[in-house]
Amino acid sequence: MPDRPLLELRAVDAYYGDFQALFDVSLQIDAEQVVAVIGANGAGKSTLLKSIAGLMHPRRGDMLFDGAPISGAAAFEVVARGIALVPEGRRLFPSLTVEENLLIGGQSRRAGPWTLSRVYDLFPVLAERRHLPAPALSGGQQQMAAIGRALMSNPRLLLCDEISLGLAPIVVRDIYARLPAIVAEGLSMIIVEQDIVQALQAAAHVYCLQEGRIALQGRARELTRESISAAYFGV
Amino acid sequence: MTAMEWLNVILQGVLIGGLYAMFAAGLSLIFGVMRLVNIAHGDLIVLAAYVALMVTQTLGIDPLTSLLLVTPIMAVIGYVLQRGLLNRTLGDDLLPPLLVTFGLSIIIQNGLLELFTADSRKLQAGSIEIETFQLMQGVWVGLLPLIQFFVAVAVIAALQALFYRTALGRAFRATSDDQAVAQLMGLDTRHVFAMAMALSLAVIAIAGVFLAVRANFDPAIGPARLIFGFEAVIIGGLGNMWGTLAGGVILGVSQAIGAQIDPGWQLLAGHIVFLAILALRPQGLFPKVSG
Repeated sequence: MPDRPLLELRAVDAYYGDFQALFDVSLQIDAEQVVAVIGANGAGKSTLLKSIAGLMHPRRGDMLFDGAPISGAAAFEVVARGIALVPEGRRLFPSLTVEENLLIGGQSRRAGPWTLSRVYDLFPVLAERRHLPAPALSGGQQQMAAIGRALMSNPRLLLCDEISLGLAPIVVRDIYARLPAIVAEGLSMIIVEQDIVQALQAAAHVYCLQEGRIALQGRARELTRESISAAYFGV
Repeated sequence: MTAMEWLNVILQGVLIGGLYAMFAAGLSLIFGVMRLVNIAHGDLIVLAAYVALMVTQTLGIDPLTSLLLVTPIMAVIGYVLQRGLLNRTLGDDLLPPLLVTFGLSIIIQNGLLELFTADSRKLQAGSIEIETFQLMQGVWVGLLPLIQFFVAVAVIAALQALFYRTALGRAFRATSDDQAVAQLMGLDTRHVFAMAMALSLAVIAIAGVFLAVRANFDPAIGPARLIFGFEAVIIGGLGNMWGTLAGGVILGVSQAIGAQIDPGWQLLAGHIVFLAILALRPQGLFPKVSG
């Protein structure tokens, strides 16, 4: 294990125009660790992931990936460094087939274990439907394709934004059941979830965001239900 | 008029339609990838004609050979134009790129006027300009229009293959779908847009050279070529390259038939058919098909 964290955020403030969405957020994640970020709607979870992925740039604070700053980097540069985002709502490319969606995920040509055939091994249903346009997939299959697309860039850190959103519980369980196989390939994950039970099961460490601030953090096993609900709702 | 004469007229219309399809293809490509309406498109076609004029005069080569130089020159101009200027105008608002390309159109026209005067020019392609052969009894086809048409078909086929068979085409389609997510895939959209403009101007180069071999040109004829391009795109349906070819052919045939009825009706007939299709089938005859 390296002694420095894979990703470290120090006192990050992020804004949408004049509206401040993140206040003094500090967070760290080690190699091969799964971290969950939970919180209510509008707590700043997606803002946090977008800031890390380079889709928006925090006004203050430092973000270090493997010791190097990524604060000002554009999204396409951040991918090349090894951070991939599974965006909220899947956002597959509708004009592309399932396979083309996966191939474009591998556009950055980073070396690593993930190839088209490995993704198909992980999600066999995608192989059957590879030539269909992406919108022809069911919601769960689209989520698998979105995860597969992110894996194709062979990231060292995978950011998952609300992968359970809008999916049937059985499908959510199915997808979460495959996350350990992904982590076993040696990557780290940040899971943003509203589904707290799912998040606590999957993650070793939990951060709870409330109105843009980190209200609670700790090992998933050690946090009590009461402390989480206090941090979640602010009561 | 005999049936043979009509057949002749329609055939000439089809062949000129290939040229219109080439005017349209670059326009459609740019709008499809980055929602940019390039008002300077016609003037860039004329610019390509003048570049070809300089190349042919300086090196003493024939116009079709000059394409080997003119095409890459225009592609580089396209790349630089996009990275240096047009990328800055792109955003949620469609108006800034419209205004900037409108200004660009005026700059190109007046720049060409300063450099080359308002005199009409023409590229000389030698004997292939006048060579014809008989297709059947009473139907004659010029070699140059025929070459022009087959080049147009080849250009459309190449664009179609590039869009659906290559990584660059995949990047074009993905960027067109969702720019933010395209960036998450590691695509620098500024570069993707510049490649699209380079490709558009490469097609413009081919169209410009054929235009300049076929007829006289001067710095002011660009806007009319832009209109023909627009009309072909709308008739064929946005986002479908073969539809664009069909749109160009329909426009060409309409103009040829109009001119046959009354020489003053050539352009009018094209505009009327365009307006009729816009009114009856605003999505075009062959709208975008998925997959």
